[in-house]
Amino acid sequence: MYPRQFEYVAPSGLDEALALLDDNPGAKVLAGGMSLLPLMKMRLLSPELVVDIGRIGGLGDITDNGDTISIGALVRHAEVASSSLIQAQGAALAAAASWTGDRQVRNRGTCCGSMAHADVAADQPVAALALGATMVAASSSGVREIAAADFFVDVMTSALAPNEILTEVRIPKAGAGAGSAYDKLGRRGGHSDYAVAGAAASVTRSNGSVSAASVAVTGVGVRPVLAGAVAEALVGSDGSDAAVEAAAAHAVAGVEVLEDLYGSVEYKIHLAKVFTARAVKAALAAAG
Amino acid sequence: MQVSMSVNGRQVSGDVEPRTLLVHFLREDLRLTGTHVGCETSYCGACTVEIDGKAVLSCTMLAVQAEGADVTTVEGLAQDGQLHPVQEGFWERHGLQCGFCTPGMIMSAVTLLQENDNPSEEEIRRGIEGNLCRCTGYHNIVRAVEYAGAKMRGEEPPPAEWEES
Amino acid sequence: MSSTSVLGGVVRRREDPALIRGGGLYTDDVKLAGTAHAAFVRSPYAHARVVSVDTSAAEAMEGVAAVYTAADVEHLGPLIAQAPVGALRPLLNNGTVKHVGEAVAMVMAEDPYLARDAADAVEVDYDPLPAVVDLKESLGGAMKVHDDMDSNTLVTWAGPFGADEDALAELRAGIDAAKSRDDTVVVSQEMINQRLIPVPIEPRSVLADYQAGYGRFDIYSSTQIPSALAGAIGRYFGMALNQVTVKAMEVGGGFGCKLNVYNDEVLTAYASKQLGRPVKWTETRREAANSTIQGRGWVATATMTGTNDGEILGFELEGIADMGAYSQNFTVAIPFLGLFVGSGQYRFPTYWKMDCVTTHTMTTDAYRGAGRPEAAYYLERIIDMYSREIGMDPTEVRRRNYIPASDFPAAVSPMGFAMDTGDYEANLDAALESAGWSGLLAERDAARAEGRCVGVGIATYVEVCGFGPAPLVDLGFSWAEYQMPSAFNGSGLVRIHPDGSATVSIGTGPSGQGHQTTWAQIVGDGLGMDVERIRVIHGDTEEAPPSIGSFGSRSAAVDGSACYEATRKVQAKAARIAAHLLEASEEDIEFGDGGARVAGTDSSVSWEEIAKTAYQPHLLPEGMEGGLEAHAIFSPGNATWPFGTHIAVVEVDPDTGNVQILRYIGMDDCGNVISPMIVDGQIHGGIAQGIGQALFEDAVYDGDGNLLAGSLMDYILPTAADLPFFELDRTVTPTDINPLGVKGIGEAGTIGAAQTVVNAVVDALESLGVTHIDMPLRPRRVWQAIQDART
Repeated sequence: MYPRQFEYVAPSGLDEALALLDDNPGAKVLAGGMSLLPLMKMRLLSPELVVDIGRIGGLGDITDNGDTISIGALVRHAEVASSSLIQAQGAALAAAASWTGDRQVRNRGTCCGSMAHADVAADQPVAALALGATMVAASSSGVREIAAADFFVDVMTSALAPNEILTEVRIPKAGAGAGSAYDKLGRRGGHSDYAVAGAAASVTRSNGSVSAASVAVTGVGVRPVLAGAVAEALVGSDGSDAAVEAAAAHAVAGVEVLEDLYGSVEYKIHLAKVFTARAVKAALAAAG
Repeated sequence: MQVSMSVNGRQVSGDVEPRTLLVHFLREDLRLTGTHVGCETSYCGACTVEIDGKAVLSCTMLAVQAEGADVTTVEGLAQDGQLHPVQEGFWERHGLQCGFCTPGMIMSAVTLLQENDNPSEEEIRRGIEGNLCRCTGYHNIVRAVEYAGAKMRGEEPPPAEWEES
Repeated sequence: MSSTSVLGGVVRRREDPALIRGGGLYTDDVKLAGTAHAAFVRSPYAHARVVSVDTSAAEAMEGVAAVYTAADVEHLGPLIAQAPVGALRPLLNNGTVKHVGEAVAMVMAEDPYLARDAADAVEVDYDPLPAVVDLKESLGGAMKVHDDMDSNTLVTWAGPFGADEDALAELRAGIDAAKSRDDTVVVSQEMINQRLIPVPIEPRSVLADYQAGYGRFDIYSSTQIPSALAGAIGRYFGMALNQVTVKAMEVGGGFGCKLNVYNDEVLTAYASKQLGRPVKWTETRREAANSTIQGRGWVATATMTGTNDGEILGFELEGIADMGAYSQNFTVAIPFLGLFVGSGQYRFPTYWKMDCVTTHTMTTDAYRGAGRPEAAYYLERIIDMYSREIGMDPTEVRRRNYIPASDFPAAVSPMGFAMDTGDYEANLDAALESAGWSGLLAERDAARAEGRCVGVGIATYVEVCGFGPAPLVDLGFSWAEYQMPSAFNGSGLVRIHPDGSATVSIGTGPSGQGHQTTWAQIVGDGLGMDVERIRVIHGDTEEAPPSIGSFGSRSAAVDGSACYEATRKVQAKAARIAAHLLEASEEDIEFGDGGARVAGTDSSVSWEEIAKTAYQPHLLPEGMEGGLEAHAIFSPGNATWPFGTHIAVVEVDPDTGNVQILRYIGMDDCGNVISPMIVDGQIHGGIAQGIGQALFEDAVYDGDGNLLAGSLMDYILPTAADLPFFELDRTVTPTDINPLGVKGIGEAGTIGAAQTVVNAVVDALESLGVTHIDMPLRPRRVWQAIQDART
């Protein structure tokens, strides 16, 4: 309940924040705090320095860039969930945000924070994967873009370097005939709480068949992963329920599925297939 | 560190360690003990306060993060001795038993009704799912929020179940 | 708003104005100048020898007032227990620790942050030992939990109660004979009634303030048993009861887990006395999980033998109950409370045997229902399986085997206990009518025809509660260790002040049950006084007469009755005064509208005038003493036996195993009802906890004795989004053992709910071949059961 002592700085500019990270390898970045502070309260994590980026201007916006949408480092889950732009152009992410935590958590927690925390059972990372998002990481040496597919590395480990801040998640807008969806079984049942297993799908239909697909699963392994074999099976198919279910059978191909308190390996494999099918069907329905 | 903020319309300041959680600043420094601590994993919602119009867990926020913020706790809801409709609803509809989750639950309901003044049963239930209550089974809490919503819309609240029978 | 004060009426709760404004004072809200804050060093191992404890670094830290280890407090002895069978808990243990979370050292510092820092700086070297967690392994006894004990089995409860070995053998032989008949079926199932964590939302908290100048204690504690805590503190420190005041002002839920005196309460008192300053400790949620008592934890096999046409010829339950590492207040008594209701509301021969074993886990004790939900669960699950086996409507099977209403009052259950009043069939019928039973089944069948997995479940229960000295004292239960001889009585004090207002002082320790409202209703009704004129003081041992507190659904039936009797005494004296003032006959005086009047006339006198007179002896009738107050002790001749019927409708997603409750209907009978609003509220909360056990909650330990669900992240409580509205109604069968005719309602919902939900889920999966799933019915379990049934 009581964190260990630490130094706290709330810089007003990004450069200052990045310089602090350079100088303090043991520092942690604080945005919404919904992942960091519980760990600190339980003393599972005790950084020497906390760099609060909450006062840095320009990080709190959802921006329409034409072909893409940028979600700044201080955009809260609730804002992602209720953004009509994201609902229309990246529905999987809006749904994932709406099922993240509870109202209080969604009011403080940030989309970028959820990505950087890289929890194995989180909702939004898998949506970012399926949507083909780009992670924009800043450090004192500049800005680099990381494909979502390369971003989630291991248990609670992202590709961010200790001196980097995830300043933006950028998702491509759904093109013509495209749709996306996310569905999961929450740990408490229904959609509540972290995913026992879940899947996000982004698909494009043209001329009566599936012309593009991207599917990712969460909750099953050490990190959210793209289900490449599902996408492969979907593309070129007619998108019928039978085709979707056949494709969904590959949901965990190549993934080492792990048991936890909420599911056996067998169950998680099964759920990954169920939610892959459900997400793909919903995405196809949205694609029209 | 020095921290100052507005709490229930009053400008307050204090000297805190960076690690001091907002809930402890409220409870210990300001003696506003209506805001409670019920867990350490940000799951129970007992510490819910309103910050800049939003329901927030004061146990998952550093006091220094609230610098300059506008904080409302349960103590700040009643105006000139007049209960907030949500407080009234909890009283009229037996929305509390032990009362420990109540301040957080009330703050959650207040912000919910600010966002949607006519929520459905499902919207109420989802809206307060971040607030655990072990006494009521939520039945009368949902009724209390329905009561408050009606009041805030200027409507006559539905009768209490014990009045119907 | 209703302001009537008649019994059975609705009064807005007197407690609420403070609580809804954030003005309620819970223990952690009490701030005393100069308070030191405590933190504990706890074992991370389930079983380990403590090799060394080095407190030097902690002691050297700035802001640290003291660090205690076992050597400092050994002279106080272990924690006292009501049923001291097995090992008692050391206040601090530097020998061999017996569960994860056991307290090894205690630190006092200027604030809770520093206290935690210092506790973390205490270096403890452990030599880990293998742990006994599994109940069958413990019963087998290959490895002992406590080296100095002969066996891991602390006690075996067998029933019917009072039957000797020969009688039990004869009973079993009779059931065996029935099994071998051609027209009978035998249904048997091993089932787990899993461990639960009570989780009141207020963590326990204690603030001890030793006032050296006066040689006395004020102890603020989040407890259900203020008087017993005062007695225990007095016992530990050799102080008279009048030197220890316990205050439990607001208690944020208890559900049984605050029905213990804990080592932290004794230790903060000790620290306060040593340091000469107040000492406070408030548990964290993880400490609440691993060092406050847990409940349930049974594995047992239920066997039902009956004819093909629904006549049950025998019920047998044999199993093991988990006591955890140490015996605390009631620990080994909890399964005995299950034995009380082992045969439920039925009349068939019942054989019941539970071995109570110790393990390297946190102690179990009373959690809402305490033994009775477990007993009801096994009975109502197996009767459902039997009904399914013989293809008979489960309501019909129950009806055929109930103790008939004509056997009451004082029907004797097959377990050998006298039951007060009951009409089980009428209650069942009312429930079926309220739910529209046949319509529910038709809707279920229609849903199934659409391919949905919908199930309807029913369970009926009888509870035993409202315990007084009888029969518990005869059975050997005693609060003597807490300096409370024969303390199962109720006790109430009613005082009329000179201005005609009243104070009710009562020793109950409510945690949300609305005693300030209910006692005011009882007294207001008796005195014809507006409840606004009545103040209720509870949870303060200086003000109130002793009571063992609030648990076991006892407060209304026992202390409420004492309140009623005290009211009658005041009323009797006031009637004499009123008759004197009104120059009327005492027999013609009746109370109402804020005073007394001569029946059938306009002649009246207010309570203010009666009271004013009462305090001036020269104005009183010849020979009457001055003053107007009365104390009554109520000692019921039996426990009460509430009962009820619950029905659930659920839908299962067979692809995921997800369960959703579509409807929940309750028809409870707790005798007379003082406040329907409060009684329904108790049932709502009870049902939610029963559903919590059925679907979500599981205090699961791994094989090494680590609690895997030690926070609210993993110990899943139902939220508002998980539950439906509860459709409640009641039948009213008053008890004849107390003057109010009330039976108690605090635990009933919990006792009825879990098996109702499980029966419904199994019904939903009937066509898939599922016959049983162990709780909690989390999606993974339900899905697995479907897979297992398919193969």
